[in-house]
Amino acid sequence: MQTQQNVPLVEMRDMAISFGGIHAVDGVDVDLYGGEVVAVLGHNGAGKSTLIKMLSGAYRGSRGDIKIHGEPAIINTPHDAKRYGIETIYQTLALADNIDAAGNLFLGRELQTRWGTLDDVAMEAETRKVMKRLNPNFTRFREPVKALSGGQRQSVAIARAVHFNAKILIMDEPTAALGPQETKQVSELILELKKQGIGIFLISHDIHDVFDLADRVAVMKNGKLVGSARTSEVTKDEVLGMIILGKVPENAIPGPGAEVD
Amino acid sequence: MEQKTSRIGRFLNALELDVRLLGMVLALLAIWVVFDVLSGGSFITPRNLFNISIQSASVMVMATGMVFVIVTRNIDLSVGSILGFIGMLIGVMQVNLLPDLMGQGHILLWLVALLSGIVIGALIGGLQGAIIAFLGVPAFIVTLGGLLVWRGAAWWVTSGQTVAPMDPTFRLIGGGNGGTIGYWPSLIVGIICCVLIIVSLVTGRQQRKRFDFPLRPMWAEFVLAGLGITIVMGIVGIANSYYMPARVAKRYAEANGIAVPEEGLQIAYGLPIPVLIAIGVAIVMTFVAKRTRFGRYVFAQGGNPEAAELSGINTRMMTVAIFSVMGMLCGLASAISTARLNASTNATGTLDELLVIAAAVIGGTSLNGGVGTIVGAVLGALVMQSLQSGMVLLGFDAPLQNMVVGVVLILAVYIDIVYRRRAA
Ligand SMILES: Nc1ncnc2c1ncn2[C@@H]1O[C@H](COP(=O)(O)OP(=O)(O)OP(=O)(O)O)[C@@H](O)[C@H]1O
Ligand SMILES: [Mg+2]
Repeated sequence: MQTQQNVPLVEMRDMAISFGGIHAVDGVDVDLYGGEVVAVLGHNGAGKSTLIKMLSGAYRGSRGDIKIHGEPAIINTPHDAKRYGIETIYQTLALADNIDAAGNLFLGRELQTRWGTLDDVAMEAETRKVMKRLNPNFTRFREPVKALSGGQRQSVAIARAVHFNAKILIMDEPTAALGPQETKQVSELILELKKQGIGIFLISHDIHDVFDLADRVAVMKNGKLVGSARTSEVTKDEVLGMIILGKVPENAIPGPGAEVD
Repeated sequence: MEQKTSRIGRFLNALELDVRLLGMVLALLAIWVVFDVLSGGSFITPRNLFNISIQSASVMVMATGMVFVIVTRNIDLSVGSILGFIGMLIGVMQVNLLPDLMGQGHILLWLVALLSGIVIGALIGGLQGAIIAFLGVPAFIVTLGGLLVWRGAAWWVTSGQTVAPMDPTFRLIGGGNGGTIGYWPSLIVGIICCVLIIVSLVTGRQQRKRFDFPLRPMWAEFVLAGLGITIVMGIVGIANSYYMPARVAKRYAEANGIAVPEEGLQIAYGLPIPVLIAIGVAIVMTFVAKRTRFGRYVFAQGGNPEAAELSGINTRMMTVAIFSVMGMLCGLASAISTARLNASTNATGTLDELLVIAAAVIGGTSLNGGVGTIVGAVLGALVMQSLQSGMVLLGFDAPLQNMVVGVVLILAVYIDIVYRRRAA
């Protein structure tokens, strides 16, 4: 792939963080190139969400360097991350339940009138536009998102991430609450964004969800990187072996978390 | 909310009116009617309603700030003590400090005292907010400490001595002794408010048209406009039909060079200044809550603090700012209370924190955070004051009054919980 020759969009080196003695993430290296989908896989509690939260500015790691476009990047807050064009769909969705879809979509980046007041009408108009593409059945624009179904809420979170011209998109279990129809729409969206040269981290604990979408997989176990591989060079079963047993197949690059036999 | 099938439900849906708020207005009217019947018609009189409005102004002002505090899952128990402390400071300023600096009876003396009170309030509130946000001490504890600290500080200012009298202009803030704006100005204020209501409805509709959004039916717009105008003109009407007693009117006429006709003078008080201040504060705070980023962040932070933070909102600075606003409003409320009393005492505002919190909570502000309206809190303050005045009128003694207010508070919150459960 020709993107391989370029500088990676994101380089994370030796990322580490612990919570009260638990090494949630321990010395993980991951790269992401433009126009590439990297699936981050692993069991529940493997440390996937924690790893990407260090990239999105939610957590500050105890160790590790992040480079964006080859330049060292300092990401201490979610705001910093957004400045680097990193948008995130959190596993918990991170929606304010008492506010409507438009309010959530623009939270922290509200459109304002020339008087400096909130331009709710313009925000609602933009929201209607994005949602038409993502989830055409969505009509409940004026209600607090608390009143929405799990899938509708997820659509709002996805809309928020894709609306602001992200260069790097982090999707943590983005389709967990979606029906088959909406899941398909999200898959199409991912392919479209990929075509635009956006780099995407797709986090999942289920290999079947992501294997066909991903260019590469990075597998984590107990906070460590088991290894990474191109999806074209390994089988689903081999990746499953990485996830469950930590066994790294021949065509994959082993990491510090690999089982050695 | 799902499609309501009942006719009333459809009616309210079209109006996009807060059903809860409507319920509160009805409850308030019910309280008035009950007291009026029990007292043999002496409750719903211009005089009584006028007094209730003045008496609740200070609590109303603080309750609007308490909405922001409670919406963000905090509490402020120190507002009554802050009011007392600032009251002492602005009293001493007027009586001892400023006359020396600016000259006795300087026309801007009141303004300097008022602004100083507001600034001191902002600093005290900001300090408490910073301890909550940056040191992580829970708001309940910080402001409980504040309740003791600022009440003690109020005593220290003069070692417990009462300071009086206030500057004559300053006293107008309290509504007594000329602190009303009279008939025609009241009418003009009312008409301006009505025009603003119509303008906001029209521009709102045009905005939605511009983007092809669904519109309210036309009749609903008219009902809303009618409702707003009725309420505004009702308030003005009450204030304008409360006349000065003959003796006061005569003195007023002499002071202003008005000829006194044979049959005596009918001079209306008009809207009291403290009530105008409270209404102004309520309008500004509603605007802040609904139309500004700050307000949006207050509610986002209350709904989901983690989400607010992940959206890049500086939730700590927000907390400092919110408590600072609360402090400013305490400063303003302190001016109203002190001016009305025409004296600063170190006990002014004792137990006000409970009235203020009760007003906000009765007005539908949820202690779980994320939910609350300014109008609700203002209505809540009116409900509390109406109850209290009504009981005084019926001759209830103070301990019984407190018991009733306590029970009503619990009942109001219970009804709210039931209502929300059904709405969910
Ligand atoms: N804020 C926190 N405080 C304490 N421990 C945490 C925190 N966040 C994560 N952990 C711990 O870190 C480990 C990794 O959690 P993480 O959420 O990253 O897992 P995950 O791979 O995303 O799992 P899942 O598939 O369930 O989403 C877990 O053991 C978890 O308990
Ligand atoms: Mg996770």
